[in-house]
This record gives sequence, C-alpha cells and structure tokens, in this order.
Amino acid sequence: MDVLMLSRLQFAAATFFHFLFVPLTLGLSVLLALMETAYVRTGNEEYRNMARFWGKIFLINFAIGVVTGITLEFQFGTNWSRYSEYVGDIFGSLLAIEATVAFFLESTFIAVWAFGWKRLSPKAHAVTIWLVALASNLSAVWILIANSWMQHPVGFVIRNGRAELDSLTAIVTQPFAWHTIVHTISAGYILSGFFVMGISAWHLLKKNEVSFFKKSFRLAVSFALIFSIVEVVQGHMHGGEVAKLQPTKFAAMESVWQTTKSAPQYLVVIPDPDHERNLVEFGAIPGALSMLAFHDFSAEVKGLKDFAPSERPPVTISTVSFRVMITLAFFFLITAIIGWLKRDTIEERPALLKLFLFSIPLPYIASEFGWMLAEIGRQPWVVYGVMKTANAVSPIAASQVAVSLVAFVLVYTFLGLVAYYLIWSQAKKGPASETALTESGDEEVGYA
Amino acid sequence: MLETIWFALWGILWAVYFTLDGFDLGIGTLAPFVVKNETDRRGIYNSMGPFWNGNEVWLITAGGVTFAAFPKTYAVMFSSLYSALLLILFCLIVRGVAMEFRSRFSSGGWKKFWDLMLWIGNFGPALLFGVAFANLFKGILIDKSGIYQGTLFSLLNPYGLMGGVLFVLIFAVHGALWLALQSSGDLKERAERLAGKLWFALAVVAVLFLVATYPATGLYTNYLRAPVLLLIPLAAVVALLGTFFFIRGAQWLKAWVSSAVFIVTVTLFGVTGMYPNLLISSIDPAFSLNAFNSSSSPLTLKIMLAVALIFVPIVIIYQIWVFRLFWKKPESVNTVG
Repeated sequence: MDVLMLSRLQFAAATFFHFLFVPLTLGLSVLLALMETAYVRTGNEEYRNMARFWGKIFLINFAIGVVTGITLEFQFGTNWSRYSEYVGDIFGSLLAIEATVAFFLESTFIAVWAFGWKRLSPKAHAVTIWLVALASNLSAVWILIANSWMQHPVGFVIRNGRAELDSLTAIVTQPFAWHTIVHTISAGYILSGFFVMGISAWHLLKKNEVSFFKKSFRLAVSFALIFSIVEVVQGHMHGGEVAKLQPTKFAAMESVWQTTKSAPQYLVVIPDPDHERNLVEFGAIPGALSMLAFHDFSAEVKGLKDFAPSERPPVTISTVSFRVMITLAFFFLITAIIGWLKRDTIEERPALLKLFLFSIPLPYIASEFGWMLAEIGRQPWVVYGVMKTANAVSPIAASQVAVSLVAFVLVYTFLGLVAYYLIWSQAKKGPASETALTESGDEEVGYA
Repeated sequence: MLETIWFALWGILWAVYFTLDGFDLGIGTLAPFVVKNETDRRGIYNSMGPFWNGNEVWLITAGGVTFAAFPKTYAVMFSSLYSALLLILFCLIVRGVAMEFRSRFSSGGWKKFWDLMLWIGNFGPALLFGVAFANLFKGILIDKSGIYQGTLFSLLNPYGLMGGVLFVLIFAVHGALWLALQSSGDLKERAERLAGKLWFALAVVAVLFLVATYPATGLYTNYLRAPVLLLIPLAAVVALLGTFFFIRGAQWLKAWVSSAVFIVTVTLFGVTGMYPNLLISSIDPAFSLNAFNSSSSPLTLKIMLAVALIFVPIVIIYQIWVFRLFWKKPESVNTVG
C-alpha cells in the first residue's frame, strides 16, 4: 500500500475511534447538567445521585475522547502536510480557535466538576457541568465549521499558491456548516438519550432502583424524542443542501447514474459501479427523489455519468452508509415516540425495556455511517472542488505510516476494550455506591 | 510586525506548556522512585489529578497556533518529526488514560500496569520534547522542498540527546517541587530530598548544554548581535540559583516558582536565539522556514491575534482560580518540632 492509502486508513481509524466517544460527551454532559440543575432547584438528593452515577460513566468516556482528540489535531501535520500548508491559513485558524475557546474550558472545568463536589456549593458545582456541556458543544461547533469548509469551501481566495482567508464571517455563517452542526449535535443527543434509556432499561428489567432509573429514563426519552424529531426534519434539509452543493456525493448516496428529470426514489437499490448501473432497483416512488432533494417533482438530479470516473466517490459504500443512517434515524424516532408514550409505566413493559437495552449500539452505528458518508462521499476531494486527497498527503515514507497505523490499531483496540469494560461495570453497579459514597463523606469522584 | 508578535506568542505558548505540564511530566517520571506504598501512589495521582488535563491543552494550543499562524512550518515540522511526534502522542494518550482509569481497577496487577503506563507516558514526552527542541535549535535535515531527509535516528545525535536529558532533569526538579507542595508525610519528605539532589545534576547538565549550544547551534548569533538579550539566559541562571537557594531554605512554593521562571527563561532563550527561524534546515540555511516565509495571511494573523488577546487572558484567570481551588490546604499542625 502507498502512503496515501495508509494515511487515509490511519486517519479513518483515528477518527472512527474518536467518534465512538464524542457523541456521548456532547449529549450526556447536557443530561448531567439537567440532572444537577434539578437537584439545585428541588433539593431532591436522587437527582444529585443521578448526576454522580451517570457522571462516573461520563468521565470514563470523556477521558478516551480527550486523549484521542489530540492525535487528530496533530495528524493534519504529520500525515497531511500538503493539505496543511495549502489550507492552514483557514483550517488551522479554525482549529486554533477551537482549542482556545473550547478545549481549555472543557478540560479545566471537567476536573473542577469531578473533584469539586465538596469544595463548591451545589449551585456553583452545577455551573461547572454547564460549562463543560457548553464547551464540548462549542468544540463541536468549531470543528464542524472546519469540516464544513472542507465539504463546501467559502470565504477564501487562492493567492500565493494557497487558499487564503477572505471572510471568516462567510465561513462561520454558511448554512452548510449550521446544517452539519445541528445534524451532528442532534445525533450525539439521540445517542446519549438511547444510552441512558438502555442502561436504565437494564436496571428496570431487574427491578433495581426503580425510582432512580425511571427518573433517568424519563429525562432521557424526552431528550431523545426531541432530537429524533429535529434530526429527521433537519436531515431532510441537510440532504437538500448536499444535492445542491455536492452533486457527486448526492448522486453516489442515491446511486443515480443517469441524469434524470423527475427522478424516482427507490426503496431498495444495489449499485453495480463496474457497469455504471444498478443491479437492483426496487420500489420506485416516481419523482420522489427530485421532490426530496429540490422540493420539485420535476427537478433534474445529476447522475454520476456526468462526472469523469476519477471525480466520483466510491458509490456502494456511500449508498449503503446513507441507507443505514436513514433507516436508523426513523427507527430512533419511532422507538422514542413509543418510549415517551409509555414512559409512566415503562417498568412494567419488559419487551419494550429489552428493545431499549439492545438499541444502545444503534445510534453509534448510525453516527459512524453518517461520517463515512460525509467523508467518503466527498472523495476524491479533501476540500471539495479545491484540493484532491491525493495531493494532500505528506511526502513521507510509507513504512513510517505502516508502523504507526499498526500501533494505532493495537493501542486503540486495547483502549476501546478497557473503556467499554469500565463503562459496563460502572453501569451495572447502579447508584447504590453513590449514596454510600456521599454518606461516608468521601469527597472525590476522582482518585481518592 | 504581526509575524514577530506571533513568533513571540508561539514561544510563550511553549514556555507556558512546559511550565504547567512540566510538573506532571516530572512527577510521572519520578513516581517509581518516590513511592513506597499505595497511599504514596494515590498521592502521586492526586497531586496532578485536577490539573493535568487543563495543562495539556496548552500543548494542543501551541500545536494549533503553529498550524494557524505558520501553516508551512506546521506542515514541514510535523511531517519531518513524524515518528518522534507520534511517539509523544502515544505517550500522552496512555498517561491520560492511566490518570483517569487506574483508580477504577481494584486488582493490583492492573494498578501496576497503569503505574507503568503513567511512567512511560510522562518520561517519554519529557525526553522526546528535549530531543526535539535541541534538534530544532540545531536544525534538521530539511531540503529545498521541505522534505525531511533524515530518520528518527538522525535526531538522536549527541546534542539532541543532551537536550533530552536536560528536559528530563528540568521537569524532574519541577515535579519534585510540586510534589513537595502538594503531598504530605513521607512522600513529601522524599520529594523534598530528591529535589535537592536532582538540582545538582540539573545544574551540571544545564551548564554543559549552554556551552555545547555554542558550537552545535547558531543560537548565540542573535545574542551577540543584541547583547541586551543576554538578560534572558542571565535570568535563567538567576532562577536556577534561586531554586537551589529556596530548596535549601525549605521554601517550597518559592522554589517551585523559581523553577517555573527557569523553564520559561530557558524556553525563551532557545526561541529568541532561533528568531526569526521556526524550523532551521541543517542542509542549507536558505531552506529554513521562518516567521516571514511560512506565516499565514495578515488577515488570519490579525483575527487570531484578536482571539488570543481576548481568550487567553480569560483562560489564565479561570485556570488560576482552579489552581487556588485545589491548592492543598496545609495540614493543621498542632506541634512543631
């Protein structure tokens, strides 16, 4: 394998792994903040114990998210130096702003929150988790603005042999960025909601701490429901943006080969890229694709054949990831509605509880497939229409990257196993350990 | 002018990073040599617990600022130092995980495993940052098109290794002093004694490094051109002596602050000597990347300066608040002596 493929695999592995932990940080931080606020407002200790119990899981998850984030920032320089040199004027500043505005806040106050249960008043302590939630979501905003610039570059000029900043405002305010932000953050909130619901369901199935886990479930189900609705509505708009601004990605994710007016939406489609056609097209809804993409039944949808083969992204993987993501999004919406309707009697519905328990991995799968579509669908471009991925890679020896790729896979696999083992054993313990901890006057969630 | 301001900020960010995370790197390196039992080990983790994560962000910011202000330097430096940098990153990953995960395992075997990871994760970066920076002072094998012609082993030259040893000792003293401030009992006493002993080793290596810097690098050129700049290394010498003086007087906070000043001035000594170069080519000085030929556009530099001037002071304010919040309260001592 050449240095390009190895570097792509390494970046994919590092990003994939990082994003196993990020969505839960985004959403659970907000849920923790809501729990602690409820404690401050009502004085009900159960809410504080909720914040502590879910907080322990949060901290394990957060730690892996943080340590794997640094490698991403540095990999632009190590593996994508041509890219960094060409677009650093814009992309580098967005990353630096993310660090200055969000990382400091997040990393400083997470420690205050973890170690400060006794040193701070309940109110001040609740403020620290709000700051963590704000900071982690702010960090998502900046990195997604940066990613959106790669998807749809605006606000720049090509000068001095590189892309230079022309208008930061244009980059920060472009609709594509805000679509991506709402889309990704909502996905994180859905994942967090289903995570809390799933683990609560496990305890409720065992009739364990029913009041505690029912409260957790009820909070999480409302949260998941709200953002499942947001996601479906916004996802539809997001698709429209992609159709308009990234025609190759849109054609690949829908597997449209021939430019068609009044394009149908197929329920099932199996692409056959070698012959530039679809092997199976089943369940056509006439004009629906044109309608969904452009709000016009007769609109023209560009086909892949309009683009040279070297300009097309991999089709099968784009089509599959898109369909997995969409199907799961509707599954989340429907299950969240059912869960919300039955929330008052949820502990008496073992079948439903089992459904929620086994649903825990699904939002993870949806999130990862979503990113696969976003990144693979952008190929062969690293910056859409501006720079090809092949021109972005560092002029370094492939052997170096091969060694580091193997190291990444080994270290990350180990860390992933350890982290999920810890999260699961913490989740199983339940809140009993929390009340004991508070009563014995033991202070820290940290290392004491 | 903007380029020079950013060059200065770049140097300052590294100085702040080394000062703050330096004590973590040092404590982690010393840990196996100062602990006797589980209480000591917890003391080690707790002395860094509330701080290490916030300290590490200064590194991310130093990296981010290199990317934003000097993208070409970021590109060439990070790809040239590929293996060294990834080694540092893996070390920082395992140390972060060790910090957060150790207490969650009850088995002794796992705890030992994380203790080992904590040591590797702190000693590794301490050494490698030293090797990397000494090589940056000296220059690395960068060709005309910014492609590195050496390997990881080209960095392990005598001057580079000396830089590695120097950094390890600087951080070890700094960490021992932090531990003297933030721990108690036997652990505190052992840390105090170790700080005193390590200081001598540090002084010897620091002097050797300062002397070797003359033939090995071009750092002194700027100082000979503008002798007033010699105040920086002079301040470093004073701070190093001050550290010794305060260790002797058992004034641990003052000793730690002296050590912090020493780290800042040593970093600034190197960076000022390099100015305006950010990445010196040892093949031909004409291939070197500097603050002017590798910087971002004036617009980006201006915007980033505004961001830095607004947010960095805010960060400093809340980080000081956190240090005060978690400052170890002196134990109530009923009788002395």
